Amino acid sequence: MFRRLPDAAGDNIAFTINGRRAQALAGDTVAAALLGAGIEHCRITPISGARRAPYCMMGVCFECLVTIDGVGNRQACLIPVRAGMRVETQQGARAIAEESHA
Amino acid sequence: MISDLEALPANIDLAIIGAGPAGLAASTIAARRGLGTLVLDENPGVGGQVYRAIMANPVRDRAVLGADYWRGEALAKEAVASSAQHAASATVWSVSPLETAGYEIGVSMAGRSRMITAQEVMLATGALERPFPIPGWTLPGIMSCGGAQTALKASGLIPDGRIVIAGCGPLLWLIAWQYLNAGASIAAILDTTPRANWLGAMPHLPAFLASPYFAKGLKLMRAVGAKVRVVSGVEALRAEGTDKVESVVYTKGGREQSIAVDVLLLHQGVVPSINLSNAIGCRHTWDEAQLTWKPETDDWGVTSMPGLTVAGDGVGIAGAEAAAERGRIAALSAAHRLGKIDAATRDRDAAAPRATLRRFERGRMFLDALYRPAKAYRIPQGDTIVCRCEEVTADRIRATVPLGATGPNQMKSFLRCGMGPCQGRLCGLTVAELIADERGISPQELGYYRLRPPVKPIALAELAAMPKTEASTKAVVRV
Amino acid sequence: MTETADVIVIGGGIHGCSTALHLAMRGIRVVLIEKDYSGRHSSGVNAGGVRQLARHLAEVPISVFSMSLWEHIADLVDDDCGFSNHGQVLVAESEPELEAFRERVDDLKLRGFIHEELIDRTELKKLVPAVSDQCPGGVVSRRDGAADPFRTTQAFRRKAVSLGARIHEGVAVMGLRRNGAVWRVETSAGAFEAPKIVNAAGAWADRVAAAAGDPVPLEVIAPMLMITAPVPHFIDPVVILRSRKLSFKQFANGTVMIGGGYRARPYRDENRTVIDWRQLADSAKTVWELFPIMRSATIVRAWAGIEARMPDDIPVIGPSASSEGIYHQFGFSAHGFQLGPGVGALMAELVATGATNLPIAPFRVDRFKDGLAATDH
Repeated sequence: MFRRLPDAAGDNIAFTINGRRAQALAGDTVAAALLGAGIEHCRITPISGARRAPYCMMGVCFECLVTIDGVGNRQACLIPVRAGMRVETQQGARAIAEESHA
Repeated sequence: MISDLEALPANIDLAIIGAGPAGLAASTIAARRGLGTLVLDENPGVGGQVYRAIMANPVRDRAVLGADYWRGEALAKEAVASSAQHAASATVWSVSPLETAGYEIGVSMAGRSRMITAQEVMLATGALERPFPIPGWTLPGIMSCGGAQTALKASGLIPDGRIVIAGCGPLLWLIAWQYLNAGASIAAILDTTPRANWLGAMPHLPAFLASPYFAKGLKLMRAVGAKVRVVSGVEALRAEGTDKVESVVYTKGGREQSIAVDVLLLHQGVVPSINLSNAIGCRHTWDEAQLTWKPETDDWGVTSMPGLTVAGDGVGIAGAEAAAERGRIAALSAAHRLGKIDAATRDRDAAAPRATLRRFERGRMFLDALYRPAKAYRIPQGDTIVCRCEEVTADRIRATVPLGATGPNQMKSFLRCGMGPCQGRLCGLTVAELIADERGISPQELGYYRLRPPVKPIALAELAAMPKTEASTKAVVRV
Repeated sequence: MTETADVIVIGGGIHGCSTALHLAMRGIRVVLIEKDYSGRHSSGVNAGGVRQLARHLAEVPISVFSMSLWEHIADLVDDDCGFSNHGQVLVAESEPELEAFRERVDDLKLRGFIHEELIDRTELKKLVPAVSDQCPGGVVSRRDGAADPFRTTQAFRRKAVSLGARIHEGVAVMGLRRNGAVWRVETSAGAFEAPKIVNAAGAWADRVAAAAGDPVPLEVIAPMLMITAPVPHFIDPVVILRSRKLSFKQFANGTVMIGGGYRARPYRDENRTVIDWRQLADSAKTVWELFPIMRSATIVRAWAGIEARMPDDIPVIGPSASSEGIYHQFGFSAHGFQLGPGVGALMAELVATGATNLPIAPFRVDRFKDGLAATDH
């Protein structure tokens, strides 16, 4: 859905989305990285199971909630992407039992 | 740049929340006047939204974003070079008055929190886009124009495929112009500005023509209009699609037309961000011209809470340059209250910012009147989602008014709208206008959500690990 | 124009609305005056606990009576009020604590009350699988549960209105005085007169009580609550831990409410409270230690209601000690919600007939040693 301007400057950063390898640009937030990687939705709502994607990109809409490195409910648009980050889309009410102890 | 929670000062003269134009300008002045100043912003860099990524922009060609954007660079550099401290990726989730004077601020950085105190607090949290609740607006592939612009500024991203931009207001033209500069093609601009608005805007035209807004605006609209199909007077809009947006259907002159679309960008103006000022307990009033709530402030930016100021678009929408002037004025008043300058100095130094501010405010009235969104786009019907977080529709809200949900707070208790993580940022105005409309009263009479901290969610583990005393700040181990 | 009635109820929380309803059910003309809107304060924002569990002995009879109304609440107010009863469990964290619970349960049984049942580690783990293994047992009250406090208060209000009660919201009481055979209540919307008054004014009730000649040492408190984002279902009963000040409940939508009595700073004349985050951090730490499964929950909101507490933590219920025709129903000390349906019925009976079968002597308004009026907070 989004493409990178050809002359966009910066280093590539490798991360994974739902286990799949993807590339981001240095300075990307996780939300921008997802858009750049062609991800169409980043969560399923807990109430009706509807697909949602980032909307405001500035931390007010809370649509971009994803799980990052095992911790859920994180606003992707506020977190800079780092090499090796594991990002997962969220399915409904997060299964907290799956996560290891902090 | 402070990047560690421990490096935050435990106590500061002035804490400025938000590193947009208002916060940046304010911090420079405050630092120069000898105030210990800390700027906190939840984004990774300074600039807020309008000057997003100003210090680290990947878009190499300056012509893409335009001169107005790059004007922020000098402002940011000056602030960062001053003696004010800056904390990035620092989310303020609570500000509360101490028992006697000053404020306690809950700050989260990298998943850990602590409380710090400040004598004075300046909220420079700016604005957010007005909700635009059309049927289907929650589908993936639909973003706000501001959101798309952030993706461009901070990451050099533009939409692939068919782009439609819909709504009203200067940002539509700005982003369209930036996209054209970047080589994107736009399938259509659907302008929802009601034709009737021109009549109400005319009396303000002279001030607008004399203001800095005019020349810029005209240039953008001409450049964009020459290359993009513009449909004006759009009376209705809806987005259609199953798992993502596939088409946008618009009505003009009573006739419906459909455009296939991959990315639909919506915008119908910006409104002050009031979640923090509300949660702290400041009084707010309804502004019928800007159709939004604003914190009550005097002309130094002081709210109904002592030692708490608001600067920038958070006071009322007037744009980036006006925001910087408001920041300077509020900083001068803080410096005076904290004994660094006398009243005469404060007044003298505030004169030039005030003059600039007045020019922008006068010119603004034309834009407010012209781009006043039509009622149909502010107060939706049927099963259009109003509260995105809790998926509450317009008809459910309407049906609940007679059950006793006579205001937004009661509605919140009945239907949970406003109880989701966004705390009403995307539904509050719609809910308030909808209930007010149902009851035939003004939003001023109705009131707004009574917001509470944390203004951003905080992990239980993070709260549990918060140090009790300053001594234990250094000793905290993440369990 | 002076509006008249048989009874004026001051305060539109659960107690005021319940009394108004029960009076209306008896065909008594009632006017209710509420300074904000029904359920604006503690009645509308509390944890919604509906319990007989762990009550002061004096409250047990009225609590058991009120429970019988809860179990048919839809018949009473045409709304199920979101009431669910999966039980409430008081968790013991140590053997001495469990022993103290055992003594209490035995004592209750001797007095004829069987709603509390001692449970061992196994039964506790069965009822509350998520609780930490270190807890040796507890007490369960199986018929207890929780309801939606705002919805309940509104349901009582609506039903009262449908039976003829006149409810005036946004109207503040400014004065109270005798006017011949009736009481005259001056308000921001004119005067009201009735031979009888019920003072159900919550955290402001000491002022009405003082005007009635019954000064009381009422303390304004603001108990805090927190609520999380939805998490998958893992707990049925409401859980209480006394020594750690924790109460814990999961709603049908998955959100978890955490309470327990930590207090915010109230400003009752500004309808405002200031949250104390250090105390909430303690509360979060308790949850984190006792319920490992909650370790990655997110807090989305914290709030506090403005409530009245009496020095002995039990309410004031009964006739004025100095003024004919005035009755008190306040000071529920952060546990009045469950009592609302029953005490409203009791109060209506008292007002209408002059007596009630339920034992209310412990709740006398003149029981306080120095009888001082509360200082403003």
